[in-house]
Order: sequence, then C-alpha cells, then structure tokens
Amino acid sequence: MYQTNMYEGMSAETVTMQGAKGDKINAYFAKPLGDGPFPGMVVIHHAPGWDEWYRECTRKFAHHGYMAISPNLYFRDGHGTPEDVGAKVRAAGGVADDQVLGDLEGALRFLRSQPNLNGKVGVFGTCSGGRHGFLAACRLKGFNAAVECWGGRVVASKEELTQKQPVAPIDYTKDLSCPLIGLFGNDDKSPSPDQVNKHEEELKKQGKNYEFHRYDGAGHGFFYYDRPAYRQEQAVDGWKKILVFLEKHLKA
Amino acid sequence: MCTMIAKQVDIDGSGKGKDGWFEVRQLNVSYDHPYNMPLEHALNVDFVNEAEGPGARVAVELTLEAARRLVQTINEVLAQAEAGGYVEERIKAQG
Repeated sequence: MYQTNMYEGMSAETVTMQGAKGDKINAYFAKPLGDGPFPGMVVIHHAPGWDEWYRECTRKFAHHGYMAISPNLYFRDGHGTPEDVGAKVRAAGGVADDQVLGDLEGALRFLRSQPNLNGKVGVFGTCSGGRHGFLAACRLKGFNAAVECWGGRVVASKEELTQKQPVAPIDYTKDLSCPLIGLFGNDDKSPSPDQVNKHEEELKKQGKNYEFHRYDGAGHGFFYYDRPAYRQEQAVDGWKKILVFLEKHLKA
Repeated sequence: MCTMIAKQVDIDGSGKGKDGWFEVRQLNVSYDHPYNMPLEHALNVDFVNEAEGPGARVAVELTLEAARRLVQTINEVLAQAEAGGYVEERIKAQG
C-alpha cells in the first residue's frame, strides 16, 4: 500500500520487441524505477486499438509495482492514429489468433529477459483482449495469473468461427495453466450472462482455479471512462479485485 | 464486444479526409464498436484507400435508424436520377 512518504517513479516508453514469426513489432513498456524485483504483466489492448486508454492502463500496472508491456497487435496493419489503424483491422475481421499468441509469447519473453523480474508474469486484457488473455493463459506456458475482462466470443458458435479465429477459446479450458479472474457486466450482450455461465461451467468441470465477478448495472467495457459504458462503482470495485488477485499470485 | 460483423467491397469514388481529397478504393461497412458515437455498437461506414495507409479514411458512424434512412435515401435518389435519364453510361454499366 502506497504511503505518502514513499518514493515513487516509473519509466514508460515505446520499445521494439520480437513478436510472432520473429517479426519486430513495437510495444509500450512501463516499469517502476528501482531495483525490484518486480512481477510482470502483459497488457493486451482491445479491438478498438492500441490506444491511449491502454497506455494509461499499462502505466497503471507500473504504478502498482509491475513491469508491464503492451504489444501493438496491429503493428503489421500500418501506422496512423490508433482509430484509423483499429478501423482497418475491424474491417478485416480482426487479427489471427495464432499471430496474436506469437506476439504475446514475445511479450512474455521480453519480460522474462528483464534482470529484475521476480519470476512471475500475469496477463490482462479487455474486450477482444480479454478473449486473447484467456486464450494465452490456455495455449501459452509461462503465465502465473490471468485477468479476463468481458472477453466476448470465448464461447462461440460454429457460425462465429473464422479462419482467423478458428477455435472457440472455451475449447482450450482444459489447458488453462494459471489462476484466472474474470469480470463481467450482467447487461453485456457479448459475452452474455448465459455465455459467462457456460464459460464458468467449463472451468468448474475442468477443476480450474478461477474467480468470476459479475456486476449488475454494467454492460460491456465498464472500465472505459471515456465511453458511456463506464460504471464508476463497478469499475472501482473491479480494479480492486484485480489488484488483490494479482498481488496474491504474482507478488507473494 | 467486438462483433466482427464487417464487409469490405471495392468501389470507385473520392473522399475528403484530413489532408484533402483522395481516391476512394474500398468501402468498409461494419456493425461493431464505434469510436465516437455514444453507443456500444453502431453501423460504421469507412471510405478508404488501403494503398495510401490507414489515415486515408472518411469515417461515419450511424445509428441503426440513420443507417436505414441512408440506404433508403440513396436508393430513392438513384431511382429518381435513373428515371430522369441522368444516369451516366459508366454507372449504368457497373450496375
């Protein structure tokens, strides 16, 4: 817990890292100043893009004592404002899951190469990033905790599968390799409460370590203070639960 | 959540973006998260030229009602133009 007489500082900058298939991509890396050791967080941006909210979110994790890296998953789609690049990816049906996983694995390697990492790394994502976070926690080895915020299409019908997203993440539940926290709004359409039920049933069936928190009066994206979906009370509580969860699994 | 409901078609036209006019080569239509409209999902129309990079984009975000009105209005105007004999051969040929 921060006390007013404590020293605090961080550095935050754009870095280059190796992503899927050895591609060089850029990422935003924020870390506390000091010797550490610090736990790490891979921060996965949402479908609207690698935007300001995600830079702030990356710095938020650094503020709370994590070395946090947010890879630009849209790096290969050209450069411009986050909105313009995000709109291009939106029109193309998103980014292929395998490419995203390669980039997230690269971000994990980047953190593990930091000399003052405490050896533990978590993953966080919202919206499509929540889906990617769950997918990463199932398909990649090396995460110690996962935060899934309203990941849509974790539960997906056959009709919703595409070449880029060929498997519903729920089908990988048995491979989930770390504790999971999930936050969901009960007014969300994707994931709907019924889909969250199915997600939870599968986690139970596979005997996984998880906790889900479902909020009344909240829909999709209730952390985004710059969107009408923002719900102050639920967002404050949600962040508290996430930070307690991460402290338990990454700092202990 | 991102619906991933999107279609892209090739078109010919001109659009006025932040740096002035540019040749529009693709039309992207999606029903997904808007960037500016205070809605979870909107009908998003982007007129773009992919060869010129992501910034070559004229963006419109519409409510469902507005989107339907747009489609209806375009069809009415085109029908009127056709009935009046104003439709150029190039447009007719492209259907």
